[in-house]
Amino acid sequence: MNVLNEWAFIGVFFLIAPLLPALPIILGGVFAPHKPNAIKTATYECGVETVGDTWVQFKVQYYIYGLIFLVFDVEMVFLFPWALAYKQLDFFAFGAGLLFIFLLTDALFYAWGKNALAWE
Amino acid sequence: MDCINQLAQCLNQGGMDAGLAQFISIFLGVVLVATFPLLVTILLIWVERKFAARIQDRIGPNRVGPFGLLQPIADVVKLLGKENITPTGADKPIYNLAPPFMVAAVLLVWAVMPLTPYHFGVDLEIGALYVITVASIGTLAVMMAGWASNNKYALLGAFRVVAQLISYEVPLAMAVLIPVMLAGSMSLQGIVKAQYGMWFVFAAPISAILFFISSQAETGRAPFDLLEAESELVAGFNIEYSGMKFAMFFAGEFMHVFTNGVLMAVFFTGGWIGPFVEQLPWLGLIYLLGKASIWYTISLWVRNSVPRLRIDQMMDFNWKFLVPMSILNVLVIAFLLQVIKQVGLTPIDPGNFIQNLPQTVVLLLGNVFVGYVMLSWVRSKGRQARAADEAKKMTAATVHAVGD
Repeated sequence: MNVLNEWAFIGVFFLIAPLLPALPIILGGVFAPHKPNAIKTATYECGVETVGDTWVQFKVQYYIYGLIFLVFDVEMVFLFPWALAYKQLDFFAFGAGLLFIFLLTDALFYAWGKNALAWE
Repeated sequence: MDCINQLAQCLNQGGMDAGLAQFISIFLGVVLVATFPLLVTILLIWVERKFAARIQDRIGPNRVGPFGLLQPIADVVKLLGKENITPTGADKPIYNLAPPFMVAAVLLVWAVMPLTPYHFGVDLEIGALYVITVASIGTLAVMMAGWASNNKYALLGAFRVVAQLISYEVPLAMAVLIPVMLAGSMSLQGIVKAQYGMWFVFAAPISAILFFISSQAETGRAPFDLLEAESELVAGFNIEYSGMKFAMFFAGEFMHVFTNGVLMAVFFTGGWIGPFVEQLPWLGLIYLLGKASIWYTISLWVRNSVPRLRIDQMMDFNWKFLVPMSILNVLVIAFLLQVIKQVGLTPIDPGNFIQNLPQTVVLLLGNVFVGYVMLSWVRSKGRQARAADEAKKMTAATVHAVGD
């Protein structure tokens, strides 16, 4: 019963949290002038006419950073229960954690060696 | 949560249906908890500007109200009157949703913040993990803003911001692992209560530094503020935002920096712990805000003092220094905790200061070791780079001399 109430709080919070900043924005919409014209709503490019397509090509380097982040993020999710119970476990837990972290850190060093982490 | 349950009971006794009473009291609790950081932000705008001004040897706002304290209100009034210009071709729903989501990401963290021993939104058992998870919604909001603006500079800016934000989440999460390990609990209230004996900043200073640097980068503050650098990429992903939407991005950022200060206080410097907190729990809020203000001030100080890093320097710094350091930190502290347990130095009563001292000293030495290893490695790399530079210059000079 209590756990459900806790998450009910979070659930209501998820609904209210975007609503609270939306109120000043709506208030701004009420008070502000609203006179759009072609020049005002044109895309900003330092004052000149836009050149080329807007949706530029996605650099591959970002994808590599995203991949490595994904590996480490999933590692974090697995490390949290390990860290939580760590004080009640014995040396074997350290060995297990060491092996797990080492396997994933190996991936980082491999990417580093292959120069995948370079630039940008 | 206690106050909410009591309010629900009170409404129930008045004759309201139990479920509805619970819902209404939860709703009121949520509004109260969510409004607190918004009110603090109004003050923060003034603090930020005054502090930056003083460091830059000028006065800052001092006309509107005593010492310029009403300046944020003047700012809000001005921004309310600005026209909301939506660029042509912008993806309207996503464009409009990005600023509230950005602020929501920060507000959601306050749901689990332990303000006093008895007053908090809700003490989730997975508090630390929740905090890290929810802060990532901000990253999503940035991408939404960049993509929906129909502006290639906003898009490029958004790509870079997102790359920076996701990269610096790794050392952030690793740094949070240490308080979780030391406290044996993920709930923020549990982590604060475990610091009765010794604040974690003394047992794990490297984690505190890692958390501080990563959170500085997560909010896009100098030296990691390439993204909001007004002189480059023309204000980045929020080019096409004006009026209150832009104000929400700004307010969200200030709130985020302060929230990070509060998280530093909770994770590392004992949250609401202080003298006489058992007798007068309200003092806990004052202690927490005081400690958070100190960390916030340090963050502002760093922001106004250091030059900006380039994006490739930023990414290198993260993936080649911070992540290995955070991993080494986790492993060393884990090892030392086991050694301490085997040797028998674990404090039997975690709330006793004297009993915590041996463990703290051992962990501190471990941290010093980690810091020494990483810094000497960086130094040797620096020496190599400098030697390579010198060699290049020598060969260039000899080529020149021979060429003459």
